[in-house]
Amino acid sequence: MTQLALVIDLNVCVGCHACVTSCKEWNTSGPAGFMTDENPYSKDPTGTFFNRVQTYEIGEFPATETLHFPKSCLHCEDPPCVPVCPTGASYKRKEDGIVLVDYDKCIGCRYCSWACPYGAREIDEKQQVMKKCTLCVDRIYDTSLPDTERKPACVLACPTSARLFGDVHDSESDISIKIREEGGYQLMPEWGTKPANHYLPRRKTRLHIHEDELVRADNPLKKEQRGPSKPVDAPTLDDSTSW
Amino acid sequence: MNPAFSVIFLTTLIGVGQGMFLALFTGQSYSAVELLPSEDSTGFYGTGALIALAFLVLGLIASVFHLGRPERAWRAAAMWRTSWLSREVIVLPALMFLVFVYAVMHLFGWDTVLFTTKSGARLQLTLIVGTLGMLATFGLFIATGMIYACLKFLQEWNSPLTVINYILLGTASGFLLATAFANTNAPELMRFYGIWAIIITVAGFITRSASLIRNARLKAKSTIQTALGIRHNKIRQKAMGFMGGSVNTRDFSHHMTATFLKSIKWIFLLLVFVLPVAFLWEGIETANTAILLTAFIIQYIGLLGERWFFFAQANHPQNLYYQTV
Ligand code: SF4
Ligand code: SF4
Repeated sequence: MTQLALVIDLNVCVGCHACVTSCKEWNTSGPAGFMTDENPYSKDPTGTFFNRVQTYEIGEFPATETLHFPKSCLHCEDPPCVPVCPTGASYKRKEDGIVLVDYDKCIGCRYCSWACPYGAREIDEKQQVMKKCTLCVDRIYDTSLPDTERKPACVLACPTSARLFGDVHDSESDISIKIREEGGYQLMPEWGTKPANHYLPRRKTRLHIHEDELVRADNPLKKEQRGPSKPVDAPTLDDSTSW
Repeated sequence: MNPAFSVIFLTTLIGVGQGMFLALFTGQSYSAVELLPSEDSTGFYGTGALIALAFLVLGLIASVFHLGRPERAWRAAAMWRTSWLSREVIVLPALMFLVFVYAVMHLFGWDTVLFTTKSGARLQLTLIVGTLGMLATFGLFIATGMIYACLKFLQEWNSPLTVINYILLGTASGFLLATAFANTNAPELMRFYGIWAIIITVAGFITRSASLIRNARLKAKSTIQTALGIRHNKIRQKAMGFMGGSVNTRDFSHHMTATFLKSIKWIFLLLVFVLPVAFLWEGIETANTAILLTAFIIQYIGLLGERWFFFAQANHPQNLYYQTV
């Protein structure tokens, strides 16, 4: 079985919104029709997006950190949005696990958006059908594109490679290895939706220096109950010979 | 959630229709075993069923306003295996059809007695249609309630109390209407319906209060920490990613103050339970149709408030991602 998914590396996302604009550009010009924007240049603009980048502040000033958090449909393995759909417009593809909406069947009842805990579905106010991330299903299988471009538009746009694309069911895929080795996790695990998309945590490399590492603990003079011959901050034998 | 008026009207109107039909059918079953005097088919059961049907039709019309693409509504019957909404879409027209047949059979007197037991109980053809109608009525109540109760992360709704309240509140308003109707068309049944309307309203008061108490003590399972997967007690949203609104900011919150929400709660408790029972009591004692109808109208207005509150109180976990512009 295949389950295509995105892995989003929060460690490198800089919150530039390139994925948002690239997603909108690709999908609004796609075969499924435009994604409505209303009042784009006037008061109260509103529109349909598949992908949003949000910003959070962790901690309290001055000890704060900024988190940029891209969020789109997570293509859950047990998607609560699918069984509730009365028309069958929402479905999960067997072959690759992508959750899609058939815009020709959807009646715009919004029930699926109530059933998604992540707020990943947005109704198109003009066309009155439900829309959400398709993982660029119209692009990743397009054989007229070179191999390297058969990826979702957001992945290609990301300047820091914070978005990775692959099959989470293949344990040897790049993203499976990343998830396994770099602590990839799922959002709101409490609902058992099993999101296919994973997030890699923010990771820091810290240097731990203990005090006894600053002072030579193995000074042989100690054995003879004598203190070091020189003050600690003066150059030691090592300092003068190691060149 | 943001209460949609189409859904508020849909659920309250069909509730009245279902309750009214249950009242008629109960009356007829009681009279079949001679616990109640039997009534005139045309004037009471037939006309009464037409009134019930009218409420169901009004509810159906209201529901159309909820759909973005009502012209495709027929497709909604497809997924009855998994979707409670689909089941509702199937049962509602089925019930309307049965109520219609029930009304027609009474109005035109197509009501052969199939057999009579030794004790004198009569099994009429309309009773069979009525039984099917009763099953459909309960099916519809359950489907409507389950649409909300099955969404597990809407914790305020995810409880059997949701379904029970839909059943009791709908039935109460239907019996109340039946009381007023009986007062003009079958006066000897008025007291029977009136007492039942009081009993069901009181039962509804108990279960609705139980769900209010339950909801007041709920602890949200999802937090900003689980939503983002970051372990820190202090996390604040600084930007939701856009400055204008979106469906996520419009559909999932009631946009009213906490005081408003609270006052609606007390208002609906008064209008759905306290006042109607008082009016009913007075109406039964004086056998006054105007008072009984007033009781019904007050309760219906109260139910609109109750339904508004039902939606407004549900807190969707997606709101964790949409806190600040
Ligand atoms: S993220 Fe939401 S819309 Fe996407 S599959 Fe999961 S439940 Fe459905
Ligand atoms: S809005 Fe469309 S996709 Fe969503 S549940 Fe309704 S019919 Fe299905």
